[in-house]
Order: sequence, then C-alpha cells, then structure tokens
Amino acid sequence: MKIWNKYVTISVLILLPIFLFFLSFLLGRFPISPLEVILTLLSPINSNFTVSPAISSIVFNIRLPRIIAAMLVGASLAIAGAAFQGIFKNPLVSSDILGVSAGSGFGACLAILLAAGNWMIQIFAFLFGLISVLITYLISKTYKTGGILVLVLSGVAISAFFNALISGAKFIADPYDKLPQITYWLMGSLSSINLDKLLVIIIPIFSGIFVLLLLRWRLNVLAMGDEEAQSLGVNPQKFRAILIIACTLLTAAAVSVSGIIGWVGLLIPHICRMIVGPDHKKLLPACLSIGASFLLLIDNVSRTAIAIEVPIGILTAIIGVPVFLYLLRRGYSQWS
Amino acid sequence: MEKIIEVKEISFSYNNGDNNIFENISFSINKGDVLCILGPNGTGKTTLLKCLNGLQDIKSGEILLNGKNLKSMPFPEISKLVGYIAQGHVSTFPFSVIDVVLMGRSPYISLTDSPMEKDFKIAERSLKDLGILDMRDRPYTTLSGGEKQLVFLARVLTQEPKLLILDEPTSHLDFGNQIRLLELIENLSKKGLAIIMSSHFPDHTFLGSNKVAILKNKNFIALGDPLNVITKDNLKKAYDIDIELIEVSKSRKVCVPLRCDISVEFDNLAK
Repeated sequence: MKIWNKYVTISVLILLPIFLFFLSFLLGRFPISPLEVILTLLSPINSNFTVSPAISSIVFNIRLPRIIAAMLVGASLAIAGAAFQGIFKNPLVSSDILGVSAGSGFGACLAILLAAGNWMIQIFAFLFGLISVLITYLISKTYKTGGILVLVLSGVAISAFFNALISGAKFIADPYDKLPQITYWLMGSLSSINLDKLLVIIIPIFSGIFVLLLLRWRLNVLAMGDEEAQSLGVNPQKFRAILIIACTLLTAAAVSVSGIIGWVGLLIPHICRMIVGPDHKKLLPACLSIGASFLLLIDNVSRTAIAIEVPIGILTAIIGVPVFLYLLRRGYSQWS
Repeated sequence: MEKIIEVKEISFSYNNGDNNIFENISFSINKGDVLCILGPNGTGKTTLLKCLNGLQDIKSGEILLNGKNLKSMPFPEISKLVGYIAQGHVSTFPFSVIDVVLMGRSPYISLTDSPMEKDFKIAERSLKDLGILDMRDRPYTTLSGGEKQLVFLARVLTQEPKLLILDEPTSHLDFGNQIRLLELIENLSKKGLAIIMSSHFPDHTFLGSNKVAILKNKNFIALGDPLNVITKDNLKKAYDIDIELIEVSKSRKVCVPLRCDISVEFDNLAK
C-alpha cells in the first residue's frame, strides 16, 4: 500500500506538468483543437504534417514561449524558496528573502525611467537582482558573529532600501506613461514574453536548478543548523554561499521576465512538504513540478479569465492565500 | 594504548581577545576511555568540547586527533573520527528518524551524491543497536526528549567515529533514561569508542566514567579517576556549596548538596 502510494505520487508529480503543458495550448482567444496542437508541435521534426501558418505562429510564437516561461518561472521561484527555507532553517522565508525582488524591481524601474526598451528592462532587472543579493551578502560578512540571522536581517534591510527607491522612482515617474508601466511590471505578468527573452533566462535557470538538484540531499544537513552541519563534515559558510548563488540566479532570472510574483516561493514549498515530506531529496524535485504547474495554471487564468490580462502577482496571492490557509489548518500537526 | 585525542596546553578566548575562557589545558584520551567533565554553569565546558572537534578554533596549544593536528584536517575528515551531540537541539523541519540518522553518513558521501543502499543499511543497523528501529519513519520532532537523544546517538554511531563528544547527554532526561543512557555510553566504550562528555551530575561519573575532570576558573582543578576526584573538597571548590558524599556500593557514591540557606527579601512579593 505504501509503496503503491509512493509510485502514485511520483507519477502524478511527473504527469501533472506534462498534462498542463499540452492543455495550455488549447486555452486562449483563438481556438485550437488538441489534434492541431499535436500536429503543429510535431511539424518541425516531421514535414509530413502540414498546418496553417496562423496556427503555427500562435503555437510557436505566442503560446509556447508563454507556457515555457510560466513553467520555468514557477519552478524557479518554488525550488529557490524551498532551498532558502532549508538554508535559513526557517519555513517563513521565500525566494526574495535576500532582496532579489526589490533589487530587480528597482532595476526595472530604472530602465523604464530611462526609457530603455523591453530588452534593457529585463537585463537591468536581472543585474540589479544579483547586485542586491551581493550587497546583502557582503554586509552580513562584515559581522563576525550572527551567521544566518545577520544574513536574513541584511536581506530585510536591503529589500526595504530598494523598495524605498522603487517608491521614489514611482514618485518621479510620468503618471500618464511610465508610472502605469512600472506599476504593471511590479505586479508581475508574462504578457510581454517572447522567444528571445526566454532564451536569455534559460542558461541561469537551468544552471541554478542543476546545482540545487545536485546538492539537495546535503541541504538536509545544513537545515539542522551550522554547528551540526559542521560536525557532520559540511562547511556551512561555503555550502550556503554556493546555494545562495544558485537560488539568486534562479530568482533574478525569473523575476527579470515576469516581474514580481509573490507567494509562489513561500506557498509551493509548503504544499510540497505536505505531499512528499521535508526531505530535500524529494522536496526539491516536487517543487519543480508543483511550482511549474501552479504558475502555468495561474497564468492560464490570467490570460483567459476576463477580457484584459490580470497581473499574475495579484492572482498568485488571491488564489494562493486561501489555499495556503486551508492547508495550514489541515496539515501542520508535526510542526512545533 | 591507542591515543585517540591528545590535547596539549590549549587556551581559548572569543574573537582571540584577552579574556581567556580557559588556558593551558592538557589531557589525552585512549580507546575505551570515558572522560566526564564537570564544572559550574558558564565555566566553559561546552566551549572546550567544541574546540575538540574544531567547531571553535583554539587560541594557542595543539590538539592531535589520532596523531594528526586538528587544525590541518578538513571538516569531513574530522567528522569521520569525531561524533558530536550538542545540547539543546532546535528543530525546524519534521524530518523522519531515518533521514536524521542518515545524515551521519554525510562525511562519507561526496557533495553531489545522496545515501546509497549501503548507507541505509548502516543507519538501520544503528537504529537497531539502540532498539529504536520501530521509530524509523516517524517525524523526529514528535519524539520525547529521551527518544530524540537516542536518535542523535544513532546518528553519531552512523558516522562510525572513534570519539564521541556529548554535551550534557543526560540533561532533560528522566531518572530512568539518565541511567539507561549512561549504561549505553559505558557499553559503547567497551566496544572501543572513546567518549568525552560534560555533565552537571557528579554522581554520574561513578556510572561508567573512568576519568573525571573538574573545570573551574579557566583550568582543570582536578583530573583523574572518579574515586579520587569526586571528593567533598573538590566539589566544594567546584560548586561553592557543601556536598555530602554517601557510599552506595564499593565503587559508587551519591552526592547530596546540602542547604546553603540563602535568604532573599522579595520586596515586590512582600505584601
């Protein structure tokens, strides 16, 4: 019975994102049938399948990049959130704890204020995300003692600092033109995604995920605390630095294309812990699956629910909060 | 005799300041030895224990682990030789017992790998040796203090070390579990493990320890076998209180602290 359960869980975790991937092609203003989707997706590798250029364009240029982006962003935020919770021994932190989101947000604001193009907004967001975490890390290094608490507090401080700069940027932004763009970016959306933007984030995202997956078992040891980790042969400072670099690459890359999307990095790790338990060996892969599925679902709602696009950041909270509170009520008997 | 750890004239201060926590401490421990370190609160027992496996860096002196200088050893190499149980573990995630015990294999598993069949076998063997195999899949956060201590003991055994360092292993345990744990420690020493532990119970040194040290005022005020060290005089020096020693059997005494008749006026309560 138990073994059976395990296989059911694994199968669901593998099949759910695949199923949603194909399902998402069917959703949208322009109706496409399942057969057309399959034929179109297969057409590049088999020229016998002929499909109309209109459908091909929608599938490859519009829906495919958006679906992949939603899945990558969801998976990144979720796995980085889970890793950060382990690194900081704290189930309340999420992927933006070290200031990535605020830094990226300010980078995007700056690019918008400078009237830079879409492309520059993404690059600025990515770089400022990395810079803010670097500042956080360097500040924490100037304190000899304190360890992870100092790191988290530095992150909170740097977030507050960049959030203030974001407010400043909003204050001086042109209210008819740039302010709406800033506001929209900060609420998170994938509507401006295209294949080029996607290609830029693929390298940081895949390398970040690769590193986290390789190191995931050892994360258990770190999650027991620095002293215990060291007594078990792990160098906590070095190991944490590697993990933070991986998580920061993931989060900054995700935020650079999607804007600020809250809740995924906090909510998904908790949902996954209820499904597969706290062992990071199982938890991190589960976060990839559920994170990708969750954000894809949310993005589908965002682009199809009403006539205009609803920013994803709004939906993740509106849908995520009740789910989270419901699970909190059900599931946390083992937590002290 | 095989020397597991040799401590030569070590001193320690926080941030390498002038205020030494302890200075010029020397001792050595052989295979099968059990050293119990006594001393009042805040005297530096925990700090001393942490220096012995490199969790804290000593200011001067030298520690030889199996003949090698501790300072030159990388973390995994130290943890293959030394198992450490801290006092007052703070838990966050409800890992299952087997996951916690498997962490003991960490020094043997390369950074990018995870435990294999062989590691599971060793971990389960430790659980079985301690009679807690039935707890294998329970979240360790739901266990009682005594059960948790056994899980951590299973984990350090899974490390297959030569030396165990236990920081107040009997604190928070009930009367029965205290004795059971001490006997377990004695059995482990008979299997060849060297053990260094700290304690607040002078009596406990008569149950399995063959060496006792009393740490007070930056140094050992006594070091030797329990019958010689646990005396009225030494205990008075250690705890600043009169203590009666009562012989229970030939090699076992109990220590009874006598009243010291503190009189305090609780002004706030005197209504």
